[in-house]
Amino acid sequence: MLLILLGVLVMHLIILVLLIVSTAASAWSVGGDTTSDLWSSCVSNNKGYHCNSASNEDWIQAVQALMILSLLFCFFSLIAFVFQLFKLVKGGRFFFTAVFQILASLFVMCAAIIYTVMRPEDNRQFGYAYVLAWVAFPLSLISGLIYIVLRKKE
Amino acid sequence: MERKRVKEVEEVVVVVMGRGGEEEWAGPGPGRGVWLGINQGTPSVLGSLLSSSSLSLSSLSLYLHIWDSSSTGSCHICTGTSFSPGAPWTPETMLTVLALASVVLLGIVPEQSQAIVIYTGWERHALLGSDIRLSCSFFSWRWTSEDVTFSWTYRPDGSRDSISIFHYTGGAAYVDNKGPFRDRLEFVGNPGRRDGSILLKNLDYADNGTFTCDAKNPPDIVGRPSNVRLLVFEKVPIQAGVITGAIIGSVLGLLVLIVVIYYLMRFLVARRVFSLSVSKHGKKKKEGSQQRQLWTPPPLTCYPLP
Repeated sequence: MLLILLGVLVMHLIILVLLIVSTAASAWSVGGDTTSDLWSSCVSNNKGYHCNSASNEDWIQAVQALMILSLLFCFFSLIAFVFQLFKLVKGGRFFFTAVFQILASLFVMCAAIIYTVMRPEDNRQFGYAYVLAWVAFPLSLISGLIYIVLRKKE
Repeated sequence: MERKRVKEVEEVVVVVMGRGGEEEWAGPGPGRGVWLGINQGTPSVLGSLLSSSSLSLSSLSLYLHIWDSSSTGSCHICTGTSFSPGAPWTPETMLTVLALASVVLLGIVPEQSQAIVIYTGWERHALLGSDIRLSCSFFSWRWTSEDVTFSWTYRPDGSRDSISIFHYTGGAAYVDNKGPFRDRLEFVGNPGRRDGSILLKNLDYADNGTFTCDAKNPPDIVGRPSNVRLLVFEKVPIQAGVITGAIIGSVLGLLVLIVVIYYLMRFLVARRVFSLSVSKHGKKKKEGSQQRQLWTPPPLTCYPLP
């Protein structure tokens, strides 16, 4: 039982780290010498390293909001997990934890889909932060489902 | 020079004020001291002198001096209140000391950074063909003099030179009559209220650029001009972060609302259940006693089986 709990906690922490890196790293689209992410697009050429803030379009602001929301919900679910671990009655389910985690996965999915569809066609490749977002989505979904199934034993 | 005897502490305080607002404090007496005064502007200005003969708090004395800047170069004797070490430290005295110290400290900061501070916006967005008011105001420790000047210069996007487009001096405003803004510029500010705003009419894409406002309020002339960037759009875009903030705020607000409603329902249901159970319990008791009187079991006769 303790092993399962530890494993679930470690997985949760990994998901949190993935979400943080994906939101903050500047590598959603890469191409040549330009890297761009949700917040700015940076060019590094012989003139140096120069960053512009991201465009003010609606879709990128929506992606920003959804990624931040998913990060927040993953964090809330971690807190709820620790809280329910000590307060839950024997045999109870980790309900709040599961709900927040599944909402977080939903938000990451929406963010990744919006970014994929609305990205400007620049013949640029997807960066590692984008891949991390897509990896975080099924992991958090599985984690949420595990929390639904998990019951608190002795 | 005057010797003042206040309570049991004897201190001699001499303040010599020079021009330009520099003061020297010479205070012979039982201790050295630190001058923490500010001296500028009318009306009267608060300053204070903190002196201690040793580093311990027991011999702390605090003086309050009030004077005005019209008397320069003269010798002043300042009166003040002193808290002698012999007097007991009542809470009132402590509070007064703290209040004075905080006032002094608040006064020190601008003393060292005495300069004129000019405020304009950071960026302005405007639609093609519309008018825009570029505001400029300043903060200065001196009163607004009659020789206050405002000047605006314009640097187009992508160019390195700036040209002067507006100047206000000697009570008269001079607008651009040769440059890119001729007949399109109007002065709508109020120099008496420290406002040097201008109005640009009928904007075009060529008006994209940086506008710099420089204000001088003699004798307070040291300051940094402030820039405002003008962006002309066909359609004003949404500011960065507005949609982001709206989405995050609404989802979190919804979450808080759901949690509150959940706990409210639980509380109401629990209360209802509690009141119901209390009433039921009372009713049961009453009914039970009544029934015992009404219903008595009928007598039973039993026959053996054949």
